[in-house]
Amino acid sequence: MTIMQIIFLITASVTLFAALMVVSTRKMMHAAMWLILVLFGVTITFALLETRFFAIVQLVIYIGAIAILIIFAVMLTRRSMNADVPQVNRNWWLVMVSSLALFVGLVTVMSVWEGFFVTARTAPPGGENLVQLGTALVDPNGFVLPFEVASLVLLAAMVGAIYVAAERKEK
Amino acid sequence: MGFIQFLIDPVTFIARWLQMLLAGWGVPAGWTQFILFVLGAGALGTGALMFTIALIWFERKLIGRFQDRFGPNRVGPWGIFQPFADMGKIFTKEYITPDGADPVPFYLAPILVVMSVVSLWAVIPFTLTVVGVELNVGVLYIIGIGGIGELAIIFAGWGSNNKYAMLAAFRALAQLISYEVPMVIALLVPVMFAGKMGLNDIARAQDIWYIVLCPLAALIFFITSTAENGRTPFDLLEADSELVAGFNIEYSGLRFGFYYVADFLHAFTIGLLFAILFLGGWRGPFVEQVPVLGVFYLFAKAGIVYFIGNWMRASLPRFRIDQMMDINWKILTPTALVLVMLTAVVDKLIASELLYLQAAVLFVLNVVLLVVIGKVIDWYWAHRPRPKVVATPRPVARYERSSAQSHPGAGQ
Repeated sequence: MTIMQIIFLITASVTLFAALMVVSTRKMMHAAMWLILVLFGVTITFALLETRFFAIVQLVIYIGAIAILIIFAVMLTRRSMNADVPQVNRNWWLVMVSSLALFVGLVTVMSVWEGFFVTARTAPPGGENLVQLGTALVDPNGFVLPFEVASLVLLAAMVGAIYVAAERKEK
Repeated sequence: MGFIQFLIDPVTFIARWLQMLLAGWGVPAGWTQFILFVLGAGALGTGALMFTIALIWFERKLIGRFQDRFGPNRVGPWGIFQPFADMGKIFTKEYITPDGADPVPFYLAPILVVMSVVSLWAVIPFTLTVVGVELNVGVLYIIGIGGIGELAIIFAGWGSNNKYAMLAAFRALAQLISYEVPMVIALLVPVMFAGKMGLNDIARAQDIWYIVLCPLAALIFFITSTAENGRTPFDLLEADSELVAGFNIEYSGLRFGFYYVADFLHAFTIGLLFAILFLGGWRGPFVEQVPVLGVFYLFAKAGIVYFIGNWMRASLPRFRIDQMMDINWKILTPTALVLVMLTAVVDKLIASELLYLQAAVLFVLNVVLLVVIGKVIDWYWAHRPRPKVVATPRPVARYERSSAQSHPGAGQ
């Protein structure tokens, strides 16, 4: 067993345990903190695959921005501090069935793909080729359309957020 | 031969020697690498924290001189052992955990704060051969590690079960998140020039220091990183006179010491990053032949930036929170955006073979932009909307008032 495998096993088990804690812990604030641990585990998994760019992007976006946003949202949520509210409402079985169906569906679809059974390959030692990634994102033959659509969606979300947050002047 | 080799490049020499030693003991290659990484990380982290002791003494002495005081001068010659006395004091102080504190975030926050600073040292190229990780996304890594510092502040505020700590954490977080925006945009400029995001690649690409090519980006980076560090004039995070201590109000003993150490180390780390991004990093005469010289060049350049930061800390008053936000969103962010666009255009218009012409044009462009922004700010300041005065000011402390208070009911 190589050292990388040991690190991977520790990371994976901690990540899965933390993911379980996110949904089972009683306090919402603690759930947010467990979520941060999950995201950190994913960062380490990316780093173990030598995909440095994605590891750092995971750190910047998910921990640096989204996790902090989630913590803010939790703090601004009513009744987030007390733990004696029920954890589930009466639709819990519906959610369980649909999430199980989603999981089974994803695994079925993925198992058809030939990359599913390939052992994970690591990026070359200098890290992945960022120039290639950048050109692929703005290349008409590459992924320029999804890239632009994603930008448009984010722009729309930003405009919407500013509209919702703006003070209306009383006439 | 071996000794000369050691003098020229000690760290690589020791690493190679250890590698050979471990291979001789029959340790597998993967484990050897792992042991070397752990040793290197341990040495670097310990070195950085030990260096902080010297920094604390130096900064107290320097600021003392700036403010016409002596600074520490009792313990040892020039007070040089003062930090050790302080350490002894802070190690032996009681750890107080406030009632109702959330233990895990409360204990985790000081560790994360120190981690967010020491982790930055992992990607810093001390000389062309000595670098913790040759990360191809080094600049992005700096931003990402900043996120861990923000997390620590919110953990501290939440975990202490103190509403003042919580409010101060919100204040601090508002400042940190805001100043990240112009910082990221300004960092795009050196990345554009070098065409790479690795810090060592950026240092290697600086045939002309980037502070000549983009003085404005350097200025924005310096201002925003001072704000990220929470130092004067941006020390609203722990405005001692108003907020007691800000988000770390409930910490005592070594846990408070962690914040203290992180603050001082961060100030110098900013100097290192500035030196690498804009002052050519380890570059200097004879560095190709004798790599160890690069460390001295880098620390000398970083020391100059650190000195300027301390100069500011010693002499400037603090911003108000609305002024702090105005500077960020109304001045720094638009300036950085305009600068990035102009730089990209000029960088593509003038071929990079004409290096000196390009540098001259970019320098002039930056200076013109700086002057124009100064004019715009002056114009805005002259025409700024002012609150309407609704009543004539009435001074509170008047003689009649004081006499009315001594006879209740008499003044009505």
